[in-house]
Amino acid sequence: MIDIQGVSKSYQRKTALNNATMKLEQGKIVGLLGPNGSGKTTLLRILVSELRADSGSVSIDGEKLSPALKAHISGLTTSDFMPAGMTIQEAADTYESFFNDFDMERFHQLLKEVDLSPDMKIGSLSKGMKSKYALALAISRKAKLIVLDEPLDGVDPVAREEILRLISSGFSQDSTLLVTSHLINELERLLDEVYFIRDGEIRYIGDVETIRAEKKMSLDELYREVYRR
Amino acid sequence: MYKFVDGIPIYLQIVKEIKGAMISGKLKGGDKLPSVREIAEQYQVNPNTVQRVFMELDKQGLTYSERGIGTFVKREPGLLEDLKSEEAAKVIENFIEEIQKLGYSKNDMLKALDNAWPKGGEQHD
Repeated sequence: MIDIQGVSKSYQRKTALNNATMKLEQGKIVGLLGPNGSGKTTLLRILVSELRADSGSVSIDGEKLSPALKAHISGLTTSDFMPAGMTIQEAADTYESFFNDFDMERFHQLLKEVDLSPDMKIGSLSKGMKSKYALALAISRKAKLIVLDEPLDGVDPVAREEILRLISSGFSQDSTLLVTSHLINELERLLDEVYFIRDGEIRYIGDVETIRAEKKMSLDELYREVYRR
Repeated sequence: MYKFVDGIPIYLQIVKEIKGAMISGKLKGGDKLPSVREIAEQYQVNPNTVQRVFMELDKQGLTYSERGIGTFVKREPGLLEDLKSEEAAKVIENFIEEIQKLGYSKNDMLKALDNAWPKGGEQHD
């Protein structure tokens, strides 16, 4: 269980995240949905320790997030983190040397599923391919928490479908997956639970199947209803 | 990509698809269902959703699971007929509701149905 308690972050006078609280259970795919600039990336960067929160805490299975626990969180907040001249295989080797929970066999299998080959140069990949390769890297780690920031952003519909397929087949129920997106409809089918975010405020919405059954509406409709003024 | 209908739980929509495959004979008694992962990948849904699908099929008495081997369609006499009449009942219920909205009596409806039924002999499958 990943427990995010009252996490806040401001940049100068702007509040990026206000008292964010989330409970992420093992084996679940959780969506954090909201428009660009609402604070999603700030939260993910705090989770992967790229940013420090001003206040609040994050704990994994009851233990406060520490440098040692950081190793249990996998995430890519940008896909341009390896030199363009490297091949996918070289990038994976580098990744493996950093993270001993990296499963090379699984990575190769996932690559094959999305028609990428290990000898492709990173610099030659299209945006959609890059997104797929980065995603395959992130979900090939046996981490307790895997965070994916806007995996569907800026990729064409075909690549989107492949990315969704990659997540559904590559997700291991030993971990927890937190996915952000401003594309609510596209991601809905993949989620167990959902949180909405707007202007740095996170709101727990619930179990997606229950919402569909009880509210008889899609998440997109629900989002518009929740934030209707 | 498979299109789900909004406002209906995804697992129920997949259950309906699998029942459809049983009715059409694509899945027969004794057949092994694809694994959770395979179905998740096919519909691009969450593996937890597929587990709910399996639980629901089991609850409805359509499948059985063998530990470590997989989930199979039950080989039970009458199962297919039950499924068909269950689906037919739903279709007919909808139909009656819609036709009543048009102010048709049972006789009007039967007459219209008789007229509309494809000519050239009875249709069997």
